[in-house]
This record gives sequence, C-alpha cells and structure tokens, in this order.
Amino acid sequence: MSLVISQLINGLQSGSIYALVALGYSMVYGIIMLLNFAHGDIIMVGAYAAWFVMVRLSLNPVLAIILAILACTVLGVVIEKVAYTPLRSSPRLSLLITAIGISFLLENLAQRVFGAGAQKVPALISGPAIEIGGQRFSFIAMVTIVVSVVSMALLTFLVRKTKMGKAMRAVSEDMGTAQLMGINVNLTISFTFAVGSALAGIGSILYSCAYPQASPTMGAMLGLKAFVAAVLGGIGSIPGAMLGGFCIGLAEAIVSAVGLSVWKDGVVFAILIVVLVVKPTGILGRAIREKV
Amino acid sequence: MKKFLSIALALVLMAGVFAACGDKPESGGTTDPTPPASSSAAGDTIKIAIIGCHTGEYAQYGLGVKNGATLYIDQLNASGGINGKQVEIVAYDNKADNQEAINAFNRAVDQDGITALIGDVLTGNTIAVGGEAYKINMPMITASATAEAVTYDAETDTVYANIFRTCFIDPFQGEKMANYASEKLGAKTAAIIYETGNDYSVGVKDAFIATCSALGIEIVSEEGYATGDVDFKSQLTTIASKNPDVVFCPNYYEDDGLIVTQAREVGVDAVFMGADGMSGVSGYASAADAEGTLYCSGYAPGSTDAVKAFEAAYTEKYSAETLNMFAATAYDAAMVLCNALQVAEEAGLTAGTDEYKQAVIDAIRDKSGELECITSNGYTFDAHNNPVKDACIMKVVEGTETFVENY
Repeated sequence: MSLVISQLINGLQSGSIYALVALGYSMVYGIIMLLNFAHGDIIMVGAYAAWFVMVRLSLNPVLAIILAILACTVLGVVIEKVAYTPLRSSPRLSLLITAIGISFLLENLAQRVFGAGAQKVPALISGPAIEIGGQRFSFIAMVTIVVSVVSMALLTFLVRKTKMGKAMRAVSEDMGTAQLMGINVNLTISFTFAVGSALAGIGSILYSCAYPQASPTMGAMLGLKAFVAAVLGGIGSIPGAMLGGFCIGLAEAIVSAVGLSVWKDGVVFAILIVVLVVKPTGILGRAIREKV
Repeated sequence: MKKFLSIALALVLMAGVFAACGDKPESGGTTDPTPPASSSAAGDTIKIAIIGCHTGEYAQYGLGVKNGATLYIDQLNASGGINGKQVEIVAYDNKADNQEAINAFNRAVDQDGITALIGDVLTGNTIAVGGEAYKINMPMITASATAEAVTYDAETDTVYANIFRTCFIDPFQGEKMANYASEKLGAKTAAIIYETGNDYSVGVKDAFIATCSALGIEIVSEEGYATGDVDFKSQLTTIASKNPDVVFCPNYYEDDGLIVTQAREVGVDAVFMGADGMSGVSGYASAADAEGTLYCSGYAPGSTDAVKAFEAAYTEKYSAETLNMFAATAYDAAMVLCNALQVAEEAGLTAGTDEYKQAVIDAIRDKSGELECITSNGYTFDAHNNPVKDACIMKVVEGTETFVENY
C-alpha cells in the first residue's frame, strides 16, 4: 500500500511540473491560437538562470529563485515582441514555424554559451522528508504539488475576477471586437505571455529541485509532454491543463512502476494520438465554431 | 568570363599541388626513429612496431599509447635492453584509417622485419590489423582496444591466439564489481538500474548479474530507463521497497548523479556502485547523497608509487596532455611484450621464425603473472585472451572521488 502511495506521489510531483508548463501552452494558445513550442526552452533558460545566480554569482537561493522567474518572464515577453508580434496577421503556420525556430535558437544558444554538458544546479529548496503514519513524503515533492496547485488557483482568480483577466478572455474570444471595445490588445497579449512564462519560471525552479541539472535540451522533451498534457486536458482550458498534467505524470509513474519504464515516453505520445483521434477537444475543452 | 574561369581553374590546380605537397611527408607513414639500415631483425636489435593514430581526432589516445610504450622501452634500453640487445621501435601513424593501418603493418613486417607489434589503438583499426597479424601469427598487444571482437570472433568461435590487450573490456567491470560487493562489502542482495539503449550499460549489467548468480548475490530488482530520462523515482521507489544491500548503476555520471540524488529522496540507503562511466559523479550529486559510492576504473592518477613514478617520468619527457589511461596501459603492454621477448631470446630462438613468434605468444599468455606492472600486479589472460587484472576501486568520500585500492 505504501508503495502505491509513494508511486502516486512520484506521479503527482512530475505531473505538477507538466501542469505548470501546460498552463503556459494553454494560455498562449487561448489568446493567439499559437502553439508556442519555445515554451519548454523557457524552462531551460530558467534553470540556467538559477544555476548562474547561485554558482557563478554565488548569491543565495531566494535571490536565485526570484531572478530565475524574472528572467523567464522577461524572456517570454521579449520573444513575443520580437518574434510573434510582427507575424500576428500572418498565417498561423508562419507563427508555428517561428516558434520552432525560437526553440532551436534558445537550445543552441545555451549550448554555445554554457556547453553541451549538464550543469549541476545546487539545492534551491531543501527540507526534511515528512513522515505520516510510516509513509515517507519527500519535502520537494510536497512543495512542488502545493506550489503548483496554489499557482493554478491564483491564475484562475486572475482570469475570472480581475479586469486584466476580463481583457484576456475578451481578446481570446474576438481580438477585433475587443480592440473596438477599447481593450489594449498588445498589452493584453504581452501580459498573457508574461504570466505564462512566469509559470514556466516557477516550473523551472521546481524542476531544478527535483532533477538538479541544467542542460541545453532539457526543455525539449518536457515541453512536448506538457503540450500533450495541455491537449489531453483541453487546450485553452486552465483547469484542463492542470488535470492533463497530473494525468500524464501519473501515467508515467504507473508505467514505470509496473516495470515498463522504457515505454514511458511512448505511452505519453500514444495518449496524444488517442486523444486527437477520439476527443480532439480534450477532457475539459469546448468545441469552438470556426468563424465564417 | 573566360579569363575568370581560367584563373579559377589555375587556382584549383595550385591548391591541388599544395595539398599534394602537404600530404607527401605523411602519406608514407611516419617512421620516427628512421632506421639507418633496415636489415633483418636477426641483427643486434629487436624490432617492434607501434602502430596507432598519432594525428587527427583521436591523436590523444594514439600518442598516449606511443609515448607510454616508448617510455618503457627507453628505460629498458638504458638498463641494457634484452640480453644485451637493444629494442628498436618503428612507429607508424595510421591516421585512424583501417587501410592505412593494414599498410603500415605490412610495411613493418616486410620492410622493417618486426618481431612483435604494440597496437593498434582504436578498436576498428585493431580489428583490421588483427586480421592480418593472425594470418602470420605475429605477436600483438593492444593497450586500448576494448571491443570483445578484437581477440575473439563470436560468430566462428575463434580466439585470435596471437592478440592480447592490457586494457580491460567493458563487461569485465561488471564481474569486478560483483566480486567486490560480495567479498569486501558482504552484500547478499543487489538491485540494478541501467540505461536500456546503451550497449555499455547492458554489457556491464549482464556481466554483473552473471557473476552475482555465481557468487550467490540475489538480484532483487532490475530496472531499466530510456536514454534521456531524468526521472527515476518510480524505479527507485520499487528498489527502495526491496531494500537491497547495493545498487548497481553501470551508466554515465550525469545520469548516476541524478539517480543517487533521487534514490536518497525516496529512501534508498544502499551503497551505490558503478563502472568507469561513473567517474565524475561527485560533480552531479551532493556530497552527502553520494557518500560511499564506489566505482572501478582502469587507471587512477597518483594511485600508487609505481603510478606516481610513471607519471613523473612521462611528464618529464612528454606533455601531460597525452598522459591518459592508455599511456599507462601501453607502458604495461610494452613491459609484458618485452618480458615475453626476453623469454624467446633466452630460449636461443631466431627472431622472425615461427617458433620465435609462438614462444613470444606463449610467454605473454603464461609468463606475465609476476610482472610488476603499473596498472595491475601482473597479467593473466582468460580463454578469450582478455586480461584478468586489477581495477582501481574509487570511492566518493566527502564529495571527492578518492582511490581506495587496486582490486
């Protein structure tokens, strides 16, 4: 029994990280219909930022966490302004290709600057394992799960209850009309990228705590799996992204626990195929009518 | 336009001429100490060839081998050589090319009249040269080719009796560590976590399991992971529930660092063990998590007095850049070979004859056990001519990888 609980915790921990990254995918897709494939690489930049601040600048972990999240946020907005804004009226395919280009650019830039090998990220958060009734809970796993659930709650509040959230929903529904209603579309889109990238920054911190290495390609697979999570939950839906993330994390843990760990990635992408064939809108997604 | 074309063509021609010029001195293979007169080997010197990649991408290995072996032979010559005869080295650069390697070997045999060969360096080249050397039963010892196929053809079940090596093959490390776990750590149970898509990991793991079952160590869990994985917690949770004495991870250091860290997180307190791929693990796991982790290696800088003396002599004569594991195993290879040559010389045989070659081969196989080599206390060889030798056991102590013993 305790083994089952341990494996569930393992799944929820990696699922939380997928969920945080998936939220960024979902938000960006929701607002400009772009699959931002560079999103996973923002995590990579966040991890390198944390490593840089702690190892090269020898500053303390709290500062490293803040600066890493800040770096991700700024990077997200800069990418949006430089690469995506000029293409907003172009076909969506051009945007998608640009996103893939940015992804490669970031990966290769990191390889050029930091080298191809992995860098060890020192412990950012540490604490004793918690024991409840003989069951051992890793501190980092608990922090990861709690932080991601809280982040999602805050995000839901932001989108549902604040003025900026209302603007985001309006832009996502109809950009032209929102502009006519006096909403600053550019600002709203940049804000969405900032929030999504900040979540990726939080994700990168949690990721670096769980797997303390920064490598140039670390974001690629993570990004793809988070994308699967977003599609599974229903792309564009915030609770859906969360749900999808947890499902993917649990699926991986179960597959590994029964001794098929080599098939882990295969199972995740099989889920993507099944979802796209059976229910392309995902678990919580809603069908959007094509505007004529 | 015409003018432009003719100038371009002229330039191309010029470039061709220069390229040819650049090639010329090397294309013949560099003969380092140019032998003044290449008579037969039966004179007052004993000729041996050193063939390897001395230029190009893998020059570090080739030069390490060449320098290491030359260092020993120079020392031997300075102290009187073999029964008064000096050992003469003919060195050929094969440029990491199979055809060049075979040409160099044939030239060494036909023109220089060598009696034995130290080399080749890279596995592919060694297999190519080995094919030729096997035909004429030429004694050959490599210091660096680790593939099993160098000395043994599994398809036809043929052992190349004339070919030896002083480096150990990868699976041998699995045997070593299983023996060490049983004898020194008293382990009764072991778990394994390995990278499934990696031949190195799989080979070492299989050898570990085979030796464990012979020694009575129970394998309680065997977990795999895919290349590129960073999350091993599910597998490690399974391992933790079996509570093994040791966890064997025959993987590369970056993965091993993550494995050790995550294992401590999910409550594995076993000793971690690995093979030489684990070297460097201390940079990727905290000192507390990695404490006590053991792995084996072919060579540990500064491990023993003999190694220290070798390193001092080497760096005095050559650059420290090429001072690597293969320089040390090449030093040993030269020692093993020269010892065998001495046996053949003492038997009064004539160099170049079939009896002489066979005597050298027999002596390498049977008479190397007592030699005081630097990476091993003597060499014995198994049925496939692979050395049964010591490995350096390394241990992570307070965050640094320290040499424990030769085992």
